[in-house]
Amino acid sequence: MNIQAVKAIYKFEMARAWRTLFQSIVSPVLSTSLYFVVFGSAIGSRITEIDGISYGSFIVPGLIMLSLLTESIANASFGIYFPKFTGTIYELLSAPVSHFEIVLGYVGAAATKSMILGFIILATAGFFVPLQIMHPVWMVAFLVLTSVTFSLFGFIIGIWADGFEKLQIIPMVIITPLVFLGGSFYSINMLPPFWQNVTLFNPVLYLISGFRWSFYEIADVRVETSLAMISFFLAACMLVVWWIFKTGYQVKK
Amino acid sequence: MNTLISVANLSKTYASGFRALKDVSLDIRQGEILALLGPNGAGKTTLISIICGIVNPTSGSVIVAGHDIIADYRKTRAMIGLVPQELTTDAFETVWATVSFSRGLFGKKSNPDHIEKILKELSLWDKKDSKIMDLSGGMKRRVLIAKALSHEPEILFLDEPTAGVDVELRKDMWNVVRALQKSGVTIILTTHYIEEAEEIAERVGVINKGEIVVIEEKAALMNKLGKKQLTLELQQTVQSIPAQLRGYDLELSAGGDQLVYTYDTQAERTGITALLSDLSDAGIKFKDLHTTQSSLEEIFVSLVKEGA
Repeated sequence: MNIQAVKAIYKFEMARAWRTLFQSIVSPVLSTSLYFVVFGSAIGSRITEIDGISYGSFIVPGLIMLSLLTESIANASFGIYFPKFTGTIYELLSAPVSHFEIVLGYVGAAATKSMILGFIILATAGFFVPLQIMHPVWMVAFLVLTSVTFSLFGFIIGIWADGFEKLQIIPMVIITPLVFLGGSFYSINMLPPFWQNVTLFNPVLYLISGFRWSFYEIADVRVETSLAMISFFLAACMLVVWWIFKTGYQVKK
Repeated sequence: MNTLISVANLSKTYASGFRALKDVSLDIRQGEILALLGPNGAGKTTLISIICGIVNPTSGSVIVAGHDIIADYRKTRAMIGLVPQELTTDAFETVWATVSFSRGLFGKKSNPDHIEKILKELSLWDKKDSKIMDLSGGMKRRVLIAKALSHEPEILFLDEPTAGVDVELRKDMWNVVRALQKSGVTIILTTHYIEEAEEIAERVGVINKGEIVVIEEKAALMNKLGKKQLTLELQQTVQSIPAQLRGYDLELSAGGDQLVYTYDTQAERTGITALLSDLSDAGIKFKDLHTTQSSLEEIFVSLVKEGA
């Protein structure tokens, strides 16, 4: 195992986050605060509580997930896409590093950034609404699993993308709608039965539901189901990454 | 000298169907400077890219210091430093950060003293905290060389190192290359500038259309393929070569004021004595004479033409 290489990639990627501090940290915190102001105050005055939890508090796990998903994908996809774009990937390919080490470095750094961001948003939320975390270990577990899974997913997008547009399209067209429709801002029990069933096909629902359960012990689906779904998605991403390196898809000629 | 890199029957066909390498075999010796000459698209970069692990070979094998480049990639790649042809650098990182990154990527513990030494040798020291995107093209080239040397490689590949490079950098680079060779590093460079190969290489390989046309000691190659020309400055203009001199490889030039005789230095007899005596018999007098030897460039052009 080339530990030095993993460290080098990890450090390099983390350094990128510090350089782009505003984009990486400040802007997600700002947008989260805006959600609190708009959704928490405006809508929260109409919907006072859901399942016994004040609306402002109810949306916290969903908001964290929203940032976690988009930032994991954005960070990891850009991290591997940019060397492809500039051509510096030659160095990565000519280095004595295994595919596993490359993924560990890039995905590890992207996931770390997301987790830090998740905690910052959690702290920000604490300023606006009362918070309660019933299962801190599970909360952290969901945070880690989600960050890693979606960083892997971002890595795949970064490899697949051959232009900046492709890099943006999945997060914008697929992930953001899925998060908004996955129960970030409401409980699916509030939907008509038909739409409740449709929502069950939304994988993000399981993430948010499980994460919310670790806060308030309220969930749209069983926590075991949430865990199984995210594990399944993690395994699927790993499989795709393995296939990418095996075939050299979009990386090696 | 021992063989360090052994390329055997290497072929590469790209997905587009383009055959970049056709059954290439060659041995690279430990400690030598080998120049791979060839026109654009001859397969030089593909060959290097395969050895370095950037391109997958279609068939054939490459052994570096006894290790297969695919099965034992960690061992072979750790030994190799590559300076790519294109100026592919990071943009926002500092020179120091990017060179240190390379060292780590190749599995070496950080060693600021070594990085400092390289940056100083390449006149990059005062730029160490500059962002790469603020550097000039020549400086970026230096950064790429520094990155390749950051992990103390035993083999250095320089792919078209002097493309678009000023005289000063070229000089610096050759100094670094010679110093590296003295310390035991094997150096392979590709170029289509023949002077470069002539100036620095010990052996020269010529690649054309994915095939090695020839690979020889530079001196031997020039000797073997080098033709010498004897130019005679005539006292009087000659309209045509007299019939009794048709047996010689003669050419009139400068409007009949010069007679050029081409001969092979390797031949048992150069034929000069006979020619001079026949000239005098034919009544042709000359006032001066000189000989020239063909440069590597002329050899190269003739080789590539033959292959075409």
